[in-house]
Amino acid sequence: MTDASARPRVRIHDLDAVVVGAGGAGLYAALELKRNLGPEARIGVISKLYPSRSHTGAAQGGVCAALGTTEEDHWEWHWFDTVKGGDYLVDQDAAEVMCHDAVETIINLEHLGMPFNRTEEGRIDQRRFGGHTRNEGEAPVRRACFAADRTGHAILQTLFQQCIRLDVAFYDEYQVLDLQMPDGPDGRVTGVVALQTSTSEIHSFRAKAVLFATGGFGKIFKVTSNAHTLTGDGVAIAYRRGLPLEDMEFFQFHPTGMYKLGFLLSEAMRGEGGFLVNGEGERFMERYAPTMKDLASRDVVSRSIYQEIAAGRGVNGKDFVHLDVRHLGAQVLNEKLPDMSGFIRTYFGLEPLTDLVPIQPTAHYAMGGIPTDIDGRVLADEGGRAVPGFYAAGECACVSVHGGNRLGTNSLLDILVFGRRAGIAMADEVRAAEAPVADRAAEAGVTTTRDELLARPDGERPAVIRAELAEIMFSHCGVYRTAALLGECRTAVRALAERAAHVVVQDKGRRYNTDLADALELGFLLDCAEATVASAAARTESRGAHARDDFPDRDDVDWLKHTFAFRDAAGGTPRLAYKPVTITRFPPKPRVY
Amino acid sequence: MEIQLRVRRYDPESDPAPHWDEFRVEAEPSDRVLDLLHQVKWYQDGTLTFRRSCGHGVCGSDAMLINGRNRLACEYLVKDAGSRVTVEPVRGMRVIKDLLVDMDGFWDKYRSVMPFLVNDEVPTDGLERRQSPEERDRFEDTSKCIMCGACTTGCPSFWSNPDYVGPAAIVNAHRFIFDSRDTAAEERLEIMADADGVWRCRTIFNCVEACPRGINVTRAIMEVTREVSGTGHG
Repeated sequence: MTDASARPRVRIHDLDAVVVGAGGAGLYAALELKRNLGPEARIGVISKLYPSRSHTGAAQGGVCAALGTTEEDHWEWHWFDTVKGGDYLVDQDAAEVMCHDAVETIINLEHLGMPFNRTEEGRIDQRRFGGHTRNEGEAPVRRACFAADRTGHAILQTLFQQCIRLDVAFYDEYQVLDLQMPDGPDGRVTGVVALQTSTSEIHSFRAKAVLFATGGFGKIFKVTSNAHTLTGDGVAIAYRRGLPLEDMEFFQFHPTGMYKLGFLLSEAMRGEGGFLVNGEGERFMERYAPTMKDLASRDVVSRSIYQEIAAGRGVNGKDFVHLDVRHLGAQVLNEKLPDMSGFIRTYFGLEPLTDLVPIQPTAHYAMGGIPTDIDGRVLADEGGRAVPGFYAAGECACVSVHGGNRLGTNSLLDILVFGRRAGIAMADEVRAAEAPVADRAAEAGVTTTRDELLARPDGERPAVIRAELAEIMFSHCGVYRTAALLGECRTAVRALAERAAHVVVQDKGRRYNTDLADALELGFLLDCAEATVASAAARTESRGAHARDDFPDRDDVDWLKHTFAFRDAAGGTPRLAYKPVTITRFPPKPRVY
Repeated sequence: MEIQLRVRRYDPESDPAPHWDEFRVEAEPSDRVLDLLHQVKWYQDGTLTFRRSCGHGVCGSDAMLINGRNRLACEYLVKDAGSRVTVEPVRGMRVIKDLLVDMDGFWDKYRSVMPFLVNDEVPTDGLERRQSPEERDRFEDTSKCIMCGACTTGCPSFWSNPDYVGPAAIVNAHRFIFDSRDTAAEERLEIMADADGVWRCRTIFNCVEACPRGINVTRAIMEVTREVSGTGHG
């Protein structure tokens, strides 16, 4: 055989820029790439799904900006709330950019066609949300802009539609499996390698700049608001390539997940006046957060629910409490919270006007991820060295604007502000960059992975391992953690990873082999879990969403710093490094709501 | 409870023709039909193929014909579906594998109606365009569409004429035709006035029944039809 015939069959695409993921961050970046580089620019968006299926579409309650359309507000107040909400692990220079850019970005989104709810004066309407306050904590403020309770849906639609208008090229139903880095972790990123779901063919996308906007990895937990497809693909790919993952121990548990199902009931239900009650009918948040009550930050409310349950005040002694929205009235429920009311009716068979709604905290959002600067450039180490040609934005990235705990409505803002900024920065890099060099080893590696999985005749089913992983991560690395729990969890995850090396794909066909996709996603989930547990075990303090029963206090002396977790290529424990938090304006203070 | 799940299967790589498979699945009454499909795929037969993502009715991936009606598998509960559940791919689109159909034509039709706001002028005060709550209400209903295809693939007019642009595309045209900020209504109405546009609707109302978002699809089509007539494009 000659070398040429031994080379794997790979379909090649030469583009200027590639965006992986078609949620809000990816689509806004694609839009800015087209706007900045012109109609001739070859901009490709690759997604596992159809773009309109992206999980941005599931976001509900709002996107915040200090527009002040209904009452006085200032972007500096928003900045403070973001820093405090993040329990002072936020990089304050980055949060400043986000909160300042928010106003202009929301206006731009309206210009693109976003169907915001309106005030009587025709301006963008705004409502309250957890942790957003006037004048640094005095009282709740109306800062969340919204489109009923489907704000994410409206954002996703608007950006997808404008990308269609500007003729962005979409590669739907391709699963990206590797980066192209022909010179290793110290060199450029020159593209990605993907598996086309419809044919199982390998495609090599070569580009002068690559953006990962691949979303989160909530499926490492059993009870989660996340879509089945949120398996941390991009995060794990970066990790496997020797790049660090920042602050992985900070995972947000949203207080009002639908009991057992995990889907979210928007914080907007409390923003519009709903509240939590325990099994004794008591509004218990008044005891935990006297000023903000049910609108304290999410980590605080989730822990309060756990404490009520631990004290035997769950409903009927079980592991849930109630959300009470009965008093909001038909008009608010039907006009401002129609989808939420529909979820309650469809999945519980309950009537929100007359029934209490069972809720429990649900794994919702990764504050951590691929470290970036404020223009989406991926950082290769804790010293701040950028990886040429590689960008990340949205939930898969860590700027860090959310620190230890993200405020509600700041996720949609994050994807818009930093998706947009990344797109603009990428356009500049594309103008200056030379033609990308292909990474043949990456192409061959992905081909081998596919072929081996399809050829293996028997083994364990990926779903069995996936279920065990989600179970132990939820029970051992959830709202409350201890050294003992995390130690057991780490051992269990390692054992699961060993079993995962021998899974069987029953579907041996090439067309739409979603069984193969499941097996590949399992590997990504395991990598995300490994970095999460290792980072959590090392951090011997409680801060934001990372609550250690054995270290209940925040420790600003030793732990006011970001974790950078590097994968151990030999399969051992990840190497952890640390980077100081950037503090420019707000010195750390005790966090009281 | 034990559910008897019948699924219409077809793998063009190995099957000469579609056939029915039957599975027995343990489920709670509160489980969704999507849970049944996952039980089969994960633990019984990994070749069973379907699309899904969010699992709670907002992404639009898993429209299927369940017990004879178009529904989202993640929105239909076992307690409503009963102990015998029949699942087939939606009609009117080429079956690629099992419950997964070729959506290319569907997306082409969506794109054909200019599904984006056209207005390159922005207010001189640097703020958002103004729009009253009443103006926004004109397209609130059609802005809910998640492009699941339940309406179009439940439409007899579409089954008999695959070139018909279909209810989903018209809903998305409506979304912009009735947006006070948009400036391209004329062009969209011309597209709608095409022989394969709104006139193909026979007001059978299957689309209204099929829509998991509760959009009054037929009303939207009628409103677009009225605009088309009123502006002389008919």
